[in-house]
Amino acid sequence: MFNLFTLFVSLSLVNNIVLNRFYAICPLLGVSKKSENALNMGYAVTFVIVVSAIITHILYYQVLLPLGIEYLDLITFILVIAALVQFVEMFLKKTSPTIYKAMGVYLPLITTNCAVLGVALDNITAGYTLIEAAVAAFAVSVGFTVVIYLFSTIRERLEINLVPKGFKGIPISLITAALMACAMAGFAGLV
Amino acid sequence: MSKLTILKKGIFDENPIFVLLLGLCSSLAITTTLSQAIGMGVAVIAVLTSSNMIISLLRKIIPEEIRIPIYIVIIATLVKCVQMLMNAYTPELYDSLGVFIALIVVNCIILGRAEAFASKNSVIDSALDGIGMGIGYTIAISCIAIVRELIGTGGITLTNPFDASQVLFTFSIFKEYAITLFTQPAGAFLTFGCIMAVIQTFKIKKEEKNKAKEGGK
Repeated sequence: MFNLFTLFVSLSLVNNIVLNRFYAICPLLGVSKKSENALNMGYAVTFVIVVSAIITHILYYQVLLPLGIEYLDLITFILVIAALVQFVEMFLKKTSPTIYKAMGVYLPLITTNCAVLGVALDNITAGYTLIEAAVAAFAVSVGFTVVIYLFSTIRERLEINLVPKGFKGIPISLITAALMACAMAGFAGLV
Repeated sequence: MSKLTILKKGIFDENPIFVLLLGLCSSLAITTTLSQAIGMGVAVIAVLTSSNMIISLLRKIIPEEIRIPIYIVIIATLVKCVQMLMNAYTPELYDSLGVFIALIVVNCIILGRAEAFASKNSVIDSALDGIGMGIGYTIAISCIAIVRELIGTGGITLTNPFDASQVLFTFSIFKEYAITLFTQPAGAFLTFGCIMAVIQTFKIKKEEKNKAKEGGK
């Protein structure tokens, strides 16, 4: 139990996926103009990461490894992720059109979010058990959601601040991310 | 569009990193040293050129509705080939790039070019587009890597990718004053932000000049 807790803290805070390992920079810059959108994106990504991590883990150890075809991991994983994203999209469309409308554009983008594939591959490399893989996936997505939400609130403030012309938009956002990464580095050595 | 413009637009006007802002994850993660950046760039050029060619060859057969999954499967296959080749011939580079070789699959540049260019153009044009975009990507990440390695370690070392113990070229200027922050994650964001700011400043200056010219008329 304690191991799982350590794993959670280490992956969500100490080795934060966005600011320390650079997964998912595209959505960080693309979807973080409004905090509401950022939160919705965070929820959708959390769901996809956790479910895809569990499915890919089972597929790898129950199908690919016994058959000796581990080299097909990339192709299998990306297909699982693409299918899952499609499923989430259809499910939301049927059950809650309001949420679907709010995040319509961002849903297909989750397929090309490096975090999803990255977590699936990392779980295999690290040799986690199924439960550890699920916890790791959840920790990573919590880290992602927290960072993207905080980042979006800062960006909302930046919109109304006076920024030198050359730094407006993306450059100042990247420098904000650099400062956040410095702050996150403060967690180093916690676990 | 002439062949040369197709090749050139990927390097300057539509540079995937500095202008289109695609594929940033890998560009920030692997730019701690110049050797890594160039290795990654070559891998991306190989995947991008071949995926563009294959998709362009198949563009009349692929059904419209399921094109994205088909593109992804093609790209994933190519990336796996590159990954296995790198594991065999450049093991040190393979280890230092780690998961980011596999993540070329979800690099937006590759899927983006397949969707925006290769699915509509002939094979030769698509191959040129792939090479141009790949070179643009390599130049951009090399720029970031040079700044980071120079400030972060005080010098630049370029090693032979096939044999990491063999140093091709090395120099060191201010080893005692190196700022290690630049080799850490925060340094990547900082360097990239500053380079983007410089580019944006130039763009604004250029626009103002153009406006002044029009006003003069």
